[in-house]
Amino acid sequence: MEQLSGAQLTIRLLENQGIDTIAGIPGGANLPLYDALQASTKIRHILTRHEQGAGFIAQGMARSTGKPAVCFATSGPGATNLITAMADAYLDSIPVIFITGQVPLSLIGTDAFQEVDIYGISIPITKHNYLIRSVDELHTVIPEAFRMASTGRPGPILIDIPKDVQNSITSYDPEEQYGFFDQLQAPSLPTVEKIELAADMINNSKRPVLYIGGGVIHAESGYLARELAEKNSIPTTMSLMGLGIMPHDHELYMGMLGMHASRGTNRAMKESDLIIAVGVRFDDRATGKIAEFCPNAKILHLDIDPCEIGKLKKTHLGLVGNVRYSLEMLIPHVAENDRSSWCIHVAKLQQENPIFCPNDRNFNKPYSIILEAAAIAGEDAIVTTDVGKHQMWTAQSYPLSRPRQFLTSGGLGTMGFGMPTAIGAALANRGKTVLCFTGDGSIMMNIQELATAVEEEANIKIILFDNSSLGLVRQQQSLFYNRHIFASEYKHRVDFCTIAKGFGLKTYSIDDHHSLKSVFEEAFSNKGPALIHIPIDIEEEVYPMVPPGAANTTMIGGELTHECA
Amino acid sequence: MNALKTDSNIQHETILELQVNNHPGVMSHICGLFSRRAYNLEGIVVVPIGRGKISRMWLKVIEENNLEQIVKQLQKLPDVQTVTRQPPGDSIFSEISHFFSS
Ligand SMILES: Cc1cc2nc3c(=O)[nH]c(=O)nc-3n(C[C@H](O)[C@H](O)[C@H](O)COP(=O)(O)OP(=O)(O)OC[C@H]3O[C@@H](n4cnc5c(N)ncnc54)[C@H](O)[C@@H]3O)c2cc1C
Ligand SMILES: Cc1ncc(C[n+]2csc(CCOP(=O)(O)OP(=O)(O)O)c2C)c(N)n1
Repeated sequence: MEQLSGAQLTIRLLENQGIDTIAGIPGGANLPLYDALQASTKIRHILTRHEQGAGFIAQGMARSTGKPAVCFATSGPGATNLITAMADAYLDSIPVIFITGQVPLSLIGTDAFQEVDIYGISIPITKHNYLIRSVDELHTVIPEAFRMASTGRPGPILIDIPKDVQNSITSYDPEEQYGFFDQLQAPSLPTVEKIELAADMINNSKRPVLYIGGGVIHAESGYLARELAEKNSIPTTMSLMGLGIMPHDHELYMGMLGMHASRGTNRAMKESDLIIAVGVRFDDRATGKIAEFCPNAKILHLDIDPCEIGKLKKTHLGLVGNVRYSLEMLIPHVAENDRSSWCIHVAKLQQENPIFCPNDRNFNKPYSIILEAAAIAGEDAIVTTDVGKHQMWTAQSYPLSRPRQFLTSGGLGTMGFGMPTAIGAALANRGKTVLCFTGDGSIMMNIQELATAVEEEANIKIILFDNSSLGLVRQQQSLFYNRHIFASEYKHRVDFCTIAKGFGLKTYSIDDHHSLKSVFEEAFSNKGPALIHIPIDIEEEVYPMVPPGAANTTMIGGELTHECA
Repeated sequence: MNALKTDSNIQHETILELQVNNHPGVMSHICGLFSRRAYNLEGIVVVPIGRGKISRMWLKVIEENNLEQIVKQLQKLPDVQTVTRQPPGDSIFSEISHFFSS
């Protein structure tokens, strides 16, 4: 038995969970935790410049590895600065453990200095949260938080630890595994009857479409989704969160569905007679007007969260359970089928409606820039985005080939996500190159983390599409608000290269578009952070676009005026 | 949480009986769930049972389409151990109604 303070115990239990990196910022209420962390030989601390940056660095680690990651903040403003990253993790079901310092127990409720009820504030944006009231609770709460964050439907957990609890002494038995293994429940599995019904639905369908998303990635089941698609020849579309599961060059690949999908994909969905929805939640960006989503199709839904079945769309059959097991059970019952006429039809729809021509190399066009970056970065690169047109261009065109390759803020759509998330991904995947596609609006929202990137020598390559505007908002004003362009253009041009240089990054500015290739080659071959500034025409829009609230078959723009070579 | 409803409304009422952990955050978790999911709570009665580690909670709600969704969301809360739906009729709310008649 060792005698440890609550802070020391916390660090020890985090070490036991395999945590090797924690991002955060210290302050009065979490100094005991920092003092314990300073003594750890197993955990490296990443000092960020803003707590939101720490939250997204943790997300970058969690999203790229699938393992829970941790970040620290002090009470009050430290804790409130975490909120956006917490809500973001909640909406995208990402396992992050947020640990905040709190004022001492005796001062809670007295409006003490830097007291904020982060427990109360975080209720709607965490999977679960804890306010620790006695040091002994830590023994169980910390392992339980890890279990809860990463099992079932993953999600963020907040643990708020008052300063006096951090300083209280408790005994620790190195063998202790309080409440960890005994609380592991057997996974819930669909019944064999339901599996057979589901297989019948698939086997009897004529025009099935597989619609897969984040849940398949959380379940590490990309290979199973592909196996199902291939065995029964099912054209496959992905939500934004599912991109990468079906490789871009696969013959069943239909890309993303929904608001910014290709015309061919949304049309094929309309014709489909069966939607096999796996680890997706029928978000309105994906479905468009839900009443008109796949009007001719039955819905078969596989999801771990019973709340998602039938939440938004009438479901003919729901299989509740981890899709890793559900798919494993289902695939043997699914018949081999080559579905040649449906597959040929879908492939034709795809060919006739490309979003861009892969061979057009016009280097002031976003797609060409993205394809060029991808070609030079290679298959191994990880890709993050911010939020806006650049995000959708990347989602539409980046040749993704595996789960966890593409990290983007889907549910909350948080500007400022991209760069700190890239840092986190780079820290958790040393040796890989991490590309961050961002816009001149988004980069400003966490630009302070450039300092962290330099300090940590994070191998991130920021590709900044500068259109002097909040482009996606401006596009909506053009399309849906009578071209009243208001509050979406920047009158003052910022010199991003000088700023990034000031932080210590290598910077490149693309003014002569022929230099794109050589700039990418140089920037990607040197280790460490770099920023590549690329001017983009303000009128360059992202198409097709389904107007918010319209059916997915109502698509604006995106028809190519020429045939692809 | 207004006074008792008229007879014609009574058949649309449902009582949810919950067994929940008893600690200071539980009420916020449950009430927050209802307000966040835009579902009206008509009445609440909570009492600790046993040695006080657990409470029993009765929630009076009006049946709406998404009641099923709310029940499933309640079942997901880690502090909620069980949720059962009771028919209206003789509930704790009728027993305490005399406290509320003016
Ligand atoms: C500017 C912008 C534009 C966008 N445009 C589009 C668009 O055109 N198309 C589009 O699709 N999205 C778009 N999005 C993203 C959209 O908002 C949603 O985030 C996305 O559609 C949700 O993806 P998902 O359905 O895969 O669900 P996720 O949010 O990834 O949820 C995962 C689902 O899987 C389940 N699950 C988790 N783990 C498991 C498991 N082990 N087993 C089984 N199930 C599990 C969960 O319960 C949940 O239902 C856009 C976002 C932004 C910011
Ligand atoms: C934190 C936050 N604030 C506001 C928005 C609304 N919004 C969505 S896209 C967008 C513009 C993004 O501009 P930029 O990063 O320059 O990307 P672009 O669309 O120009 O490629 C805004 C303001 C948001 N998603 N996130």
